[in-house]
Amino acid sequence: MSVVTVQLGQCGNQVGQELFDIICSDAQEGQRKAYSESSRERFFHQSAQGDLVARAVLIDMEPKVINHSMTKAAMSGRWTYGHTSHFGQKQGSGNNWANGYCVHGPRHREAMEELVRREVERCDRLAGIMAMMSVAGGTGSGVGTYVTQCLRDIYPNSFILNHLTWPYGTGEVIVQNYNSVLTLAHLYRLSDAILVHENDTVHKICSQLLNIKHISFSDINRVIAHQLGSVLQPALTPDSHGVYSRNPLGELVSSLACHPEYKLLSVCTIPQMASASIAYSTFSWPGLLKHLRQMLISNTKMEEGIDWQVRPPSVHPAAAERTRSLKGPGFNTSLANLLILRGKDVYSTETDGFQDPALYTSWLSLKEAFNLWKSPVPFNKYEKSATLVSNSQALLRPLDNMVGKAWNMFASRAYVHQYTKFGISEEDFLEGFTSLEQVISSYGELG
Amino acid sequence: MTQSVVVQVGQCGNQVGCRFWDLALREHAHVNKKGVYDEALSSFFRNVDSRRTTIRVASQPLKRIFCYTQAVLVDMEEGVVNEILQGPLREVFDSTQLLTDVSGSGNNWAVGHLTYGSAYREQIVDKLRRAAEHCDCLQCFFLIHSMGGGTGSGLGTRVLSLLEEEFPDVCRIVTSIYPSAEDDVITSPYNSVLAMRELTEHADCVLPVDNQSLVDIVNKIKHMSQGGKPGSVIKRDSAIISGQGGLSGAEKPFDAMNNIVANLLLNITSSARFEGSLNMDLNEIAMNLVPFPRLHYLVPSLTPLYTLADVNVPTRRLDQMFSDAFSKDHQLIRADPKHSLYLACALMVRGNVQVSDLRRNIERLKPSLPFVSWSQEGWKTGLCSVPPVGHSHSLLALANNTCVKPTFIDLRDRFNKLYRKKAHLHHYLHVEGMEQSCFTDAMASLSSLIEEYHHLDATKGRLMPDAPRLTIAT
Repeated sequence: MSVVTVQLGQCGNQVGQELFDIICSDAQEGQRKAYSESSRERFFHQSAQGDLVARAVLIDMEPKVINHSMTKAAMSGRWTYGHTSHFGQKQGSGNNWANGYCVHGPRHREAMEELVRREVERCDRLAGIMAMMSVAGGTGSGVGTYVTQCLRDIYPNSFILNHLTWPYGTGEVIVQNYNSVLTLAHLYRLSDAILVHENDTVHKICSQLLNIKHISFSDINRVIAHQLGSVLQPALTPDSHGVYSRNPLGELVSSLACHPEYKLLSVCTIPQMASASIAYSTFSWPGLLKHLRQMLISNTKMEEGIDWQVRPPSVHPAAAERTRSLKGPGFNTSLANLLILRGKDVYSTETDGFQDPALYTSWLSLKEAFNLWKSPVPFNKYEKSATLVSNSQALLRPLDNMVGKAWNMFASRAYVHQYTKFGISEEDFLEGFTSLEQVISSYGELG
Repeated sequence: MTQSVVVQVGQCGNQVGCRFWDLALREHAHVNKKGVYDEALSSFFRNVDSRRTTIRVASQPLKRIFCYTQAVLVDMEEGVVNEILQGPLREVFDSTQLLTDVSGSGNNWAVGHLTYGSAYREQIVDKLRRAAEHCDCLQCFFLIHSMGGGTGSGLGTRVLSLLEEEFPDVCRIVTSIYPSAEDDVITSPYNSVLAMRELTEHADCVLPVDNQSLVDIVNKIKHMSQGGKPGSVIKRDSAIISGQGGLSGAEKPFDAMNNIVANLLLNITSSARFEGSLNMDLNEIAMNLVPFPRLHYLVPSLTPLYTLADVNVPTRRLDQMFSDAFSKDHQLIRADPKHSLYLACALMVRGNVQVSDLRRNIERLKPSLPFVSWSQEGWKTGLCSVPPVGHSHSLLALANNTCVKPTFIDLRDRFNKLYRKKAHLHHYLHVEGMEQSCFTDAMASLSSLIEEYHHLDATKGRLMPDAPRLTIAT
């Protein structure tokens, strides 16, 4: 089955390009035929000339980034974007969600829908649609939300996953918190699951784990693409009976997003290091998984600076009676986790540490809360690697910060005139705030 | 790719505008080694078939590109525009882009705004439309004018309201040159205050530039290049004041000052002209920097101004550039942003600078800069990969900061000094359509603007509690 990717805005188009690049080279390097065939079918189709063409639609309101991504793909010599699979305009959305959602989106609806429809029809079987975008700017967030809404209408029964890049706390776009609130509030109604990468976290990974001195956006995007690739590449699931699972998005959504109130997924991957060091490092599964588990419960997104003091609460016989006071400080409660192991010896690996009921909320059985995927094919040069996709409180604090800052700004009505001139009212803002406060409160009550 | 049109009005506006075109041509010639009309050029220049010369490509002196500027030149005297037409820049202007009269506005805002504004209204609109028709996606008008005289301030602001009427969706960024206190135009306070009201009501953003600051900067640069310490010598072809443009060679008086303003415009438009890893579109400027419609005065500062930039950027030099952007002597108006309140700040960086350099410097500088309570993280950043000619990197900071207030208060005081004695008032009231209420209204507008900044200033240093959040019934 195949996934159609929709890349939106500067960020979506840059991250998407890196993702396809990693997926393509990973599938080629592996000698395992079944793996690479499965991966190809998922993300590429073959042109009449036999070239690999990404199952992707590129959308932006200005031409520079699309051109750049398409050129980069063509220069790789391994894969390309479809020659007509892009939609560009001349003038960007100017960091204004309302401009993207109320003006650019509706104006170009037909053209954008048509591109996606063509890509969908090219798939023998559609697994679902993944929309990639940032939440800070205008095009990714505004047009991205609008496109997601259109796709939800056209494909009411398909899985739609949104991959979102959250901006740095400071310094990208001053109205980023408004744009984020409006995007998230809308997507929460439309999307099946929302997979989030935070720029701040990824930046730290680049500087501390990969030892990059002058971090550029392509470094950041490569890390995101690596983590995302390790989630989306083929894997064996418990019920796939030894063949690679067929529906990556569907299985991801059904194992992690079981309740409409909880759709925010975070990702962490271990190990991550400078590529020059990989050859000189050895890893053991118990070591990797021990770190990964502590990263989960202490809510640390990388293997450095983990707080080893954080422990899961002791589970009482009546688990339902657990209260806040019993929990260790800083403990991150999960609703559901998906562990993906790739590489050597995956079949003999113990994953008991993640099957501890104390890690999870009480109202979901362990069988539903924990899922494990495996693939014996090493991913992207790492002999062994483990990725954890988690529906937990991990994003609670950044979300709360984002909403808090936006609310403070809204209280003085700063910048609101920029939105109302495109047709977004103060009530629309309030609605957005209300629905996100609801999400915050729901995640808060998990633990 | 979007296009912009530059509208230059009055003597000062035209002089600055021409420096901009000259330096822009030099910049494109430097980057565009192949000498073909490219996307980068298309944002400010239009291609013409009738083989007219413009860019002399640096590496191949014989190869030329043929194009016109996207500009409209308006002046009510002939001197400056004629000079342009006799100079090397004549190649890039087409006579239909020009509008002149012979008699001037006599340093009288009312003559420029009302008399000429009405007489030439049709012609101006016609020229603006014609310029707009050459663009396939018009994004922005850049208006360049001075505040003190008659044509720039009077007719310039009239053009501004015509732009709003005719092209309501196109962004209007105004570069206004403010007169110094010792201005030889005695009525300049009247003209400036009358113009201010128009700017406050009709512009999307105003970049105020203070004549006195330009004088100070140029003097300091001259001083350093003559007698400064060894090692701190200004590179001869430093982009900031050098007159070596794309076409003209010789320097004229005021060129050094005008070049600084031209550089401001080069930097603000760089992201629209060249690629970068973090594009900053022109329409993002107002979106990010203007929290309230009237408070759209953005204080510009340019670095490096005084120091010579090495090709290999040592980190400290690069960090120094960021620090300098917030120091008093790099501001293009006489103001001290560090000791006033920031509503928002944009850093537009050019050259080989990475996002990690931006982050490090923002983190470093943030603690020393007071931001308004509801936007503690009011930073907008852009990275353009093409540096200015002769530099490895540069930075333009635009600050929406209450530090503009003293300039406005000073202007109000000078206005009041004249107005109390009703000095020169009759020259204005003679003009048809001009009434005394124009003066009082303009003054009221300025006062309420000052008051708005004052209110924000009053919150500075006070610990403002977070707004109580919405509570969810559970």
